[in-house]
Amino acid sequence: MKIVINGEAHEVAATTLAGLLEERGFAGRVATAVNEAFVPAALRGSQALRDGDRVEILAPMQGG
Amino acid sequence: MKRFYGTELPNPLMLGTAQYPSPAILEQAFRTSGAGVATVSLRREGAEGAGATFWKMIEDLGVRILPNTAGCHTVKEAVTTAHMAREVFGTRWIKLELIGHTDSLQPDVFQLVEAAKILTEDGFQVFPYTTEDLIVGERLLAAGCEVLMPWGAPIGSGRGLNNPYALRAMRAEFPDVPLVIDAGIGLPSHAAQAMELGYDAVLLNTAVARAGDPVAMARAMMGAIEAGRLARDADPIDARDMAEASTPVIGKAFLA
Repeated sequence: MKIVINGEAHEVAATTLAGLLEERGFAGRVATAVNEAFVPAALRGSQALRDGDRVEILAPMQGG
Repeated sequence: MKRFYGTELPNPLMLGTAQYPSPAILEQAFRTSGAGVATVSLRREGAEGAGATFWKMIEDLGVRILPNTAGCHTVKEAVTTAHMAREVFGTRWIKLELIGHTDSLQPDVFQLVEAAKILTEDGFQVFPYTTEDLIVGERLLAAGCEVLMPWGAPIGSGRGLNNPYALRAMRAEFPDVPLVIDAGIGLPSHAAQAMELGYDAVLLNTAVARAGDPVAMARAMMGAIEAGRLARDADPIDARDMAEASTPVIGKAFLA
């Protein structure tokens, strides 16, 4: 199915958020949101993904 | 020095981590100046994992982390970002920015108060980036904030303290609240002025990161902050309109 990851559409096999992170190789310290709602790390395994979902994967960056 | 949500800081310099010419210069700016707080953000992670490299360097600095909600324009966006930041950085501290105006990056204080209330109830310790408006300050305190961070001037403008009169009034109005000048600092003299007004800390980024020599400028800022704080504690004289001779008149020879 098609999932929008950080603004870009990708064809993915994973059916959960945790699966998606693994499939796309996000191993580091990240925070996640699905359809503009925060999903805590502990809930990624039970967060099912549906076609067209928008996933944000954020990491520490420089800031002022 | 006042405590920030119960935490004592080693000194009053809070330094941003953006816009440095290189990670090595950023690291040196922190180590040379001794800044005790680093502001950071959350941004989209690429497959190359840039976030991990950055985080490792910041972690090694051993400073307090103050994540921001920079670039957020709505309460929902800011609250969600804060939750994501708390998980990633493992801190309840959040520098709450709610931008209301594109050119000046002026905070939207109405949404700021609303978001501060929600986040405080969610267990966050909010550092609100606000204006020098006293009523907004009161509302933020009523919403649960225990720190206020009024702007000196628009972010990145380097104009210094645009409204010292109002900032002095804010200091007088909230004598026991930790107050931080956040944004607008361009020169060490601006930072010194903030401390002379009795502010408890200064948060700056661009003035150091975009200087020709960021490491030297970081040191200069720390020196100025220290000087301003010492001066404040030393009870400076009041300005006068007319001259007052400092050399004694008594005993002067008659030579005219």
